[in-house]
Amino acid sequence: MTDTPVLSLHSVFKSFGPIEVLHGVDIDLRRGEVMALIGENGAGKSTTMKILAGYQPATAGQITLHGKPVTFDSLHEGEDVGIVLIHQEFNLAEQLTVEQNIFLGREITRGLLLDKAEMRRRARAYLDRVKCSVDPDTPVSKLSNSDKQMVEIAKALSRDARVLIMDEPTAVLTTSEVRILFEQVRALTAAGTAILFTSHKLGEVAEIADRVTVMRDGAVVHTGPAADLTEDAMATAMVGRDVSDLYPAKPGIAADATAALKVQGLQVEGYAKDIGFTVRNGEILGVAGLIGAGRTETMEGLCGLRSARADRIDIGGAEVIIRTPADALAHGLCYMTEDRKLRGLLLDKGMRVNLTLQALARFGRVLIDRKAEDAALAQAIREFDIRAGSKDVLVGNLSGGNQQKLLLAKVMQSEPRILIVDEPTRGIDIGTKQQIYIFLRTLADAGHAIIVVSSEMQEIIGLSDRVLVMRQGRIAATLDGPDITEDAIVRHAMGVGGNSSERAA
Amino acid sequence: MTTETVTPRLQRLRVPSMSVMGPVLALVILVVIGALLNPNFLGAGNINNVLSRSAFIGIIAVGMTFVITAGGLDLSVGSMAAFIAGLMILVMNAALPSLGVGIPIILLGMMVALVAGVLAGLLNGFFITTLGIEAFIVTLGTMGIYRSLVTWIANGGTLSLDFGLRTYYRPVYFDGILGVSWPIIVFALVVIAGQILMSRARFGRHCAAIGSNEHVAHYSNVNVNRTRMATYAMLGLLVGIATIMYVPRLGSASASTGVLWELEAIAAVIIGGTVLKGGFGRVWGTVIGVLILSLIDNILNLTDLVSPYLNGAIQGVIIVLAVILQREAKAKG
Repeated sequence: MTDTPVLSLHSVFKSFGPIEVLHGVDIDLRRGEVMALIGENGAGKSTTMKILAGYQPATAGQITLHGKPVTFDSLHEGEDVGIVLIHQEFNLAEQLTVEQNIFLGREITRGLLLDKAEMRRRARAYLDRVKCSVDPDTPVSKLSNSDKQMVEIAKALSRDARVLIMDEPTAVLTTSEVRILFEQVRALTAAGTAILFTSHKLGEVAEIADRVTVMRDGAVVHTGPAADLTEDAMATAMVGRDVSDLYPAKPGIAADATAALKVQGLQVEGYAKDIGFTVRNGEILGVAGLIGAGRTETMEGLCGLRSARADRIDIGGAEVIIRTPADALAHGLCYMTEDRKLRGLLLDKGMRVNLTLQALARFGRVLIDRKAEDAALAQAIREFDIRAGSKDVLVGNLSGGNQQKLLLAKVMQSEPRILIVDEPTRGIDIGTKQQIYIFLRTLADAGHAIIVVSSEMQEIIGLSDRVLVMRQGRIAATLDGPDITEDAIVRHAMGVGGNSSERAA
Repeated sequence: MTTETVTPRLQRLRVPSMSVMGPVLALVILVVIGALLNPNFLGAGNINNVLSRSAFIGIIAVGMTFVITAGGLDLSVGSMAAFIAGLMILVMNAALPSLGVGIPIILLGMMVALVAGVLAGLLNGFFITTLGIEAFIVTLGTMGIYRSLVTWIANGGTLSLDFGLRTYYRPVYFDGILGVSWPIIVFALVVIAGQILMSRARFGRHCAAIGSNEHVAHYSNVNVNRTRMATYAMLGLLVGIATIMYVPRLGSASASTGVLWELEAIAAVIIGGTVLKGGFGRVWGTVIGVLILSLIDNILNLTDLVSPYLNGAIQGVIIVLAVILQREAKAKG
């Protein structure tokens, strides 16, 4: 560890138009060190990273590389000096192969022609270093999210990154993939690379980071060794208030609670088989499992969003047949997608249009009643605490947390009695998470049945009255009360069930 | 539908952006230029003439606005119009001996046009939605098919409506109410209905949602395929209506009927501010686009400042300008 930071920001300000989003940020990255940048959504992390990587110019302040002031006039200059930014939304050309992506923009040539053999060889080597077994000839569009992440890292390796900046690298990774990523991170730091990453998972921050910088409202509020901060202290610094009671209390389900939804023999071709479960009124049912366990597909199949077959589905005690999302909604069953940007919200439209889209029939038989829509929006903004500068703002310009709250408000417009939420807090800050948890619990207390699909273990444990664990398209276990432990969930999810006597649904 | 109460526009005061004002300004400038260059330009005769000629493309362009807004495209409308015109004339001539000249045979012809239009639209929609083939490819194909069919039924020449029938049918194009000809009246009704459907009705909202992001629409309980199908069927219906107004004008159909109508309609839609890749559409903008295109043509014909042969070039410049303006507006927004 040398004393001169590799890359640092000195009281950097950044304004978009009249709005200042960074108010004098200082940050320094050192050789062979992992720095975690944490903060709520909208705290300015992304902007800080973009300035560090040269994607955006700072409005005022200085960027120094090895102690010397630099300005990046183009993207390439950042990469040329070895600064690589890996976006949260991957920056890969979907139609090109893995190998073509790794060498995109710096293809190896022999004379005028591409040296494919050499590129293939090196691509394989880079992929091996991140323990990624995909064929370099696979088009990126065919890869899973985690493989895409690994390809991004392989690409960074090929760029000889001296500074690697990663925006939420673990958000889409499974636990074992996170392990591989962290091994890579350690290997890279050992080789002298400076690494900056953001994450909303504070446990990971505590595990991998050497130092932590906490941002709040566009300013750095804390910088120091990771070892000096407990997870609780990190959360408190981020939010500016105590958030130790992240999850609302579970009041317990009445023994005589009636079944709201009973599913038997649900099958989604290629994803899930023999799915059967019951969720009662007033209950929050968690659905855990690894990425790829078929949780999302099961719920989408149940709600008519993709083709599925079921032996029998009962809602409110009567058998129903669900073929389309409209059928599901008609029976009060509604699914909130995990992907708010690609499946949940129209990013180039305003909040009003988004809010009412799913339940548009409620706002007029043929013609739409604008007044009723505006009233609904005003109410949703109040009820869900959606913070947008103006009512006319494009939804794509809202922060992730506010988008998520709008998405929740949107599905609530159809007044579901059974609500399925998929990854309800992915990529949003802890304050907003807490609001969503409270909302879900309040909804359950009012007698609704709620299914929460989540990859965040703490969330499943903190929120659920009962937990289904799915593995490879089947229900591996149903956990109740004190049985809901991280250990039990992981064992069943990974198929290493210690006490395999658990009934399989 | 048009008699329903419309809620008053909301009070928000906003400076209209260039993408809104641009086409309107262009239209105003064209009118001023026209009036300065030729005193007859603003005469009732010329205005009636321009509007009647605009009506065919205009009626089709309203339908095209919905198709494009929902993320689709239809290149087949010009050929479709020619084919429907040929079919109509064929059926009416064939029915002449049994029905004689009169209202029934005209109604029969109109029915044929409307049904053929809807069926042709549904066929496009079926290939595009149910079979999932690219709209560009499907309608490029049907464009060729209809063009070839009309050439075939006209035997390479011109299909003419029986002379007696033609005389009887003529007023549908040339007459009207209070000096406003029927095509203009029908065009106006289609525009009003289209504007309400687009901006006030669920259907319009669904079209915009699908064009904006069809996955989001699907997850929001919008029946994507059915809505898309409906846009193509509606466009087919409007092509049928346009053909009903067009046939009495010349009383014939040939391989050159309706050539390039599809591009004029698409150009009008784009000039009017509808986004080519879908997600946002404006029916009144389309009307402005249609008027801009026909005014350029009209002004060039009325004056000898610029050769009328340059009509296409000027229209081309306007189309490209319109898209540049759209992009500027988007970059700012």
